[in-house]
Amino acid sequence: MPKLVFLATDIVLYLLLVAIALYAWHALRTPTLRQTWRTVVRDPAAMSAAVVLGVFLLISVFDSIHFRPLLPPAPGVAADAARAYSTRTLSLLDALLAGPRESREKTYSVPLGTHQYSKESMLVSGKTVRDYPRLQFGGAHLKDTDREWAGDVAGRSIGGLAGGAVGAALIWMTVAALRARPARIPLRESLRSIWQRTTDIPWRPILLTASLLALFIGWVAALWAYYHVFGTDQTGNDVLFQAIKSVRTAVVIGSLATLATLPFAIAFGILAGYYKGRVDDAIQYLYTVLSSIPSVLLIAAFVLMIQVFIDKNPQMFETGLERADIRLFLLAAILGITGWAGLARLLRAETLKLTELDYVQAARAFGVSDRGIMRRHILPNVMHVVLIVAVLDFSSLVLYEAVLSYVGVGVDPTTNSFGTMINSARTELSRDPAVWWNLLAAFAFMVTFVLSMQLFASAVREAFDPRARAFRPHRSKPVASAATPLRGAATSAVAD
Amino acid sequence: MINYIIQRIGYGVLILIGVNIFTFMLFFTVNTPDDMARMNIGGKRVSQDAIEKWKVERGYDKPLFWNEAAPGAEKLTKTIFYDRSVQLFAFDFGPSDSGRDIGYEIRKRMGPSIALAIPTFILGIFVVIVFSLLMVFFRNTYIEFWGFTFAVFLMAISALFYILMGQFLFSRVLKLVPISGFAGGWDLFVFLALPVLIGIVSRLGSEALFYRTMFLEEISKDYVRTARSKGLSETVVLFRHVLRNAMLPILTSTVAVLPLLFLGALIMESFFGIPGLGSYTIDAINAQDFAVVRSMVFVGSALYIVGLILTDISYTVADPRIRLG
Repeated sequence: MPKLVFLATDIVLYLLLVAIALYAWHALRTPTLRQTWRTVVRDPAAMSAAVVLGVFLLISVFDSIHFRPLLPPAPGVAADAARAYSTRTLSLLDALLAGPRESREKTYSVPLGTHQYSKESMLVSGKTVRDYPRLQFGGAHLKDTDREWAGDVAGRSIGGLAGGAVGAALIWMTVAALRARPARIPLRESLRSIWQRTTDIPWRPILLTASLLALFIGWVAALWAYYHVFGTDQTGNDVLFQAIKSVRTAVVIGSLATLATLPFAIAFGILAGYYKGRVDDAIQYLYTVLSSIPSVLLIAAFVLMIQVFIDKNPQMFETGLERADIRLFLLAAILGITGWAGLARLLRAETLKLTELDYVQAARAFGVSDRGIMRRHILPNVMHVVLIVAVLDFSSLVLYEAVLSYVGVGVDPTTNSFGTMINSARTELSRDPAVWWNLLAAFAFMVTFVLSMQLFASAVREAFDPRARAFRPHRSKPVASAATPLRGAATSAVAD
Repeated sequence: MINYIIQRIGYGVLILIGVNIFTFMLFFTVNTPDDMARMNIGGKRVSQDAIEKWKVERGYDKPLFWNEAAPGAEKLTKTIFYDRSVQLFAFDFGPSDSGRDIGYEIRKRMGPSIALAIPTFILGIFVVIVFSLLMVFFRNTYIEFWGFTFAVFLMAISALFYILMGQFLFSRVLKLVPISGFAGGWDLFVFLALPVLIGIVSRLGSEALFYRTMFLEEISKDYVRTARSKGLSETVVLFRHVLRNAMLPILTSTVAVLPLLFLGALIMESFFGIPGLGSYTIDAINAQDFAVVRSMVFVGSALYIVGLILTDISYTVADPRIRLG
């Protein structure tokens, strides 16, 4: 039995999942919330994005279950001796992708390559030759790479895509069957209604996204065992594997930092708006001070401080991974501590509005305590602002991580992250021929992730903030000029 | 009006004092000067003598707040707090940890920073307004939909990608502009062309969407309906009425960022080798030069506060309905 290891960020991530589950349960039971979320569920872009986000979340969950594998007993040791565990901490994802993780080359190689990127001196039949050596793992099964490579890659790609297509078809059939059963319609009818988009939930875009993902996963799976699909980096590590590992860092930064802002923002925002006067002045002063400091500098100052702390107390962390993890954890906490001003300002304004409303006045007249009013009457009614800001901030935090890593105050250099990948790309692009695959992988993963998050976030905002809904672009043809004043009237009605 | 401005400036000074105390706490009490010395000299086995020497050279050997040994008023002034924190208000930044005069560096580097920031800012506003007005003009058509989609896509890309790909494409492949560097005279245009372009593109997405919302909000107001019912064409309504009225919130919101232009663009400057304040800051962070970081925090927040005051004033100038008092 391997020894389970719980890193700080793991625990927070588990707690976050539990919180999301609790929220989902709560939303399902509350009719108004369920109604609002239904508009999100009906949004095709948001639901397609949710599929992608789901895959990313799954990856980061798999990457958040850490353990130290049991070492095989050394020869000559008594059977009842204490078990020895490896000093390296692995995650479930590491174990699943052991092949690409362990097939380490010497240095750079192009995607799907068979030869190294740089020349080396080799001994060929007694003579020293400078040439591109064969890779140790990438395409190692080929004998004559020049002739066999193209056919082999094409064959495996087709096989992989076919596998992906089968998987996609299975997903379609499963969804159609699950829909057909309760509606008591034949399977064909169910499939047709999905394809003609007559379903309540936009199944067609969801399933198309899932199919694309299935095709991609199938293609990668077929090739990954034999090639480095996205090439290798400077130290010969598989780039695709690193990109996948970076997903967790992005998720942790985005969710943890957002989570860390919430206590400050909610407490200060509501207190300032509720008590007004002195309390309001003090809190406003506090957040003006914080927001007047350029955020990169503020974060840099904090990070330099924790760096000194970590360097001073090396005995607190058992393994390198633990040290890197605590830095990631603290970085997210710092992003939270420095970033609550914006949300607090919004919550203060919202609370100022709410305290003037009749039901709050009534609660006060009934003698409900201040704490009771804030908890029962104010907090639930500002939660939509919190939710909107939280989902909107998530993607900008993921983007921000890359900048911070570049400035040198981001995650630990040993942690895989999009920021560190982009960072190394700076020197790689100036090589000749340029090493572009590292940047490409980071780009593809990051854009997919951030874009999905933004699409999902904008749907959430539209659902919870009626004003935002008026500004969504319509794909329809212009319905004369009558449409505009109508839409305008609707907007101002909501705004009033 | 004058009273109001004085009041705002007083509040600004209060904020600056807060910033100063906060950064002082962060830099000097969370970690002692000894820790900083050890980190700066490097390595774990640093002799106590070397640390003392480092501290004396930089004046960090004094007590933090209260110097018991000094006579009279010097009990307060012969301290690190007075030297490194109070003196900032006189814009006396003192030497950096590597021994150079910070004030001189800041004055010297402000020029290049502004040379990059101002064209980016002005051209950027122009491009954003054109883009978002076009989206509004073609609202409810495919053009708006694709413009919107394009803007959302631009938003999802990290600024670092724009820089790396721009450098690769324009400098390496097309060889149109140098990869990085800075020079005076006509060469300035060659060196700044790419950073300015990238600076505009990297902000285009989010700002165009924001401006679009602002224009759409404006378009739903009564005076626009009146203008239309007078029989004015959509073009006239959009450019003469809506644009002018929407410029008001746009201009007042840009006033806030004007002073911050002096701070320079952090990553842009360091990627393109422009010797401005942004690259100065990044170098200081990498070299763990706390004195420079502290000074830049002070300058940055001072400029932010100037921006806040300017915003308040510009509201009254632009909109006579707002009275301050």
